[in-house]
Amino acid sequence: MNRIAIMAALTFREAARKKILWMALLAAVGFMALFATALHFQLEGFHLRRLRPVMQREILSGMLMMGMYAIDLLVVVITVLVSVDTLSGEIASGTIQAIVTKPMRRSELLLGKWLGFATMLTLYIAAMIFGLNELTRLMSGVSARHLLRGFSLICMESILLLSLTFFFGTCFSTLTNGVLALGLHGLAFLGGWVEQAGALTQTQKAIDAGIIASLILPSEALWRRAAFEMQSPLTTAVNFSPFSGASIPSRAMILYAAVYTLFFLVLAIRRLQTRDL
Amino acid sequence: MPEADRLAISTRGLQKSFNGKLALKGLTLDVPRGEVFGFLGPNGAGKSTSIKLLLGLITPTSGQATVLGRPAGDRATRARIGFLPEHFRFYDWLTAAELLHVHGRLYGISRDNLRQRIPMLLETVGLTPHRQKKLREFSKGMLQRIGLAQALLNDPELLFLDEPTSGLDPIGRKLVRDIIKQQRERGATVFLNSHLLSEVEVTCDRVAFIKAGKVIEVREMSSFSGQNQVLIRARSLPSNAWDGIRPWASPVSVNGDRWVLTLQSPDAAPLVLRYLVEQGAEIFEFTPLKLSLEERFLQLIETDEGL
Repeated sequence: MNRIAIMAALTFREAARKKILWMALLAAVGFMALFATALHFQLEGFHLRRLRPVMQREILSGMLMMGMYAIDLLVVVITVLVSVDTLSGEIASGTIQAIVTKPMRRSELLLGKWLGFATMLTLYIAAMIFGLNELTRLMSGVSARHLLRGFSLICMESILLLSLTFFFGTCFSTLTNGVLALGLHGLAFLGGWVEQAGALTQTQKAIDAGIIASLILPSEALWRRAAFEMQSPLTTAVNFSPFSGASIPSRAMILYAAVYTLFFLVLAIRRLQTRDL
Repeated sequence: MPEADRLAISTRGLQKSFNGKLALKGLTLDVPRGEVFGFLGPNGAGKSTSIKLLLGLITPTSGQATVLGRPAGDRATRARIGFLPEHFRFYDWLTAAELLHVHGRLYGISRDNLRQRIPMLLETVGLTPHRQKKLREFSKGMLQRIGLAQALLNDPELLFLDEPTSGLDPIGRKLVRDIIKQQRERGATVFLNSHLLSEVEVTCDRVAFIKAGKVIEVREMSSFSGQNQVLIRARSLPSNAWDGIRPWASPVSVNGDRWVLTLQSPDAAPLVLRYLVEQGAEIFEFTPLKLSLEERFLQLIETDEGL
């Protein structure tokens, strides 16, 4: 087993031992239970009000997208929280000294941790996204359109934030890292809504401001593209959704996000390799 | 023998500054292989900075350093080095045995080898009964012990110990002394950074005194003896006794019946003793003195700087 794998396995074990993994799963179960309850009452309401099937389908699809949106927000917060202390905390406490004085590259330490978190987050996102979709399908027969694309884009969003948090972790303290990562996501989040509103009112300057915010941090743009991929065909056809209807992030933006992720991961490695510990 | 093979550590004009402030002002040092080398100095003198430079944890502002014949921080060379940081910390959710397993794997030691090595090392540092205990339940002294065990996992050719007795009780300190002795016996080099001068005194072959980022003296431990001074506690001395011993010794200090003399040579000691007895003096004590490490340390590093 090479040293990257040792560090990745250690990161996994840490999450399990510190009960992070179990707490996240418990929160997921709570979330699913709440969603199932809401769905159950909604379905009961349909029978009473005798809504047309197409309306029922759109309402259920909208509920599913709201669930997905909640998952996305949860994923953003969990990504930053679980990884915010891993480098800056170990640098500050001196724990890292006992590791990097072994015959390993600093990049192996960073990539091992990154891989551990990325795998863990991917599994968590998979459990949440596929779990929610399956629950909705079993209870109502409604399912997300391009589920796999949506899942991949949410994973990309999480891994982008992970790489950014890792980079900040090599430069700043834990607290500064967390404030920066979540603050920037907040900026991107607001930018996304500004872009949506601008597109609805056809205000080019507002659209541009939103795009600039997405260029600073393209995390929210990935969610909006994921929402576009997963939303119902009718929503796409009428081009109206609170998440992605008016302005859909382009494929170029997705490519930009991929390059952005790689850039910050490489930057984090370079910074850790050259900084004093 | 080439210098690279003879020396475990060699530095030339090693400097390190932090935010423009020079923390190490040109460290030039040679530590031969197989030596137990003590590194002494007050707080902030640059001891830990020096160790970090030698391990490649920080990069020098200028100067050169080689460790086991390779540039300091060389990755392959680190497989032959053991390091106990000043405050050893690791993931506190691991057990003692798991910690050693992780570090062993990072050293590249096979699982089979570790299965034999870990119980042996736990026994060496006296932690066998606590092998399944999590580190968060460990005392500071126990953490130092497990830190010491991880530094020994690879049978290092060069062992860096940064304040190894910090937090240890007298039994723990003896354990560190014994381990250093074992390392010397198997031919390893030990670089010991310690505040406890008594520990250095009994374990080291040579010491360097560092002050304000500069090495001010490097000295063999054996040179602390042979100061040619004797302490004499005597009564009934004739008033002219000291005039009679002038050919062999001269008084340094007098305090009641306690006298300290500087001898012309070590061979003069029996001559002085015989003369005083012949003069009718009652001798209660006749002790050759040696300069203690602490005395030399305080001479070099002024007391007001604190330890």
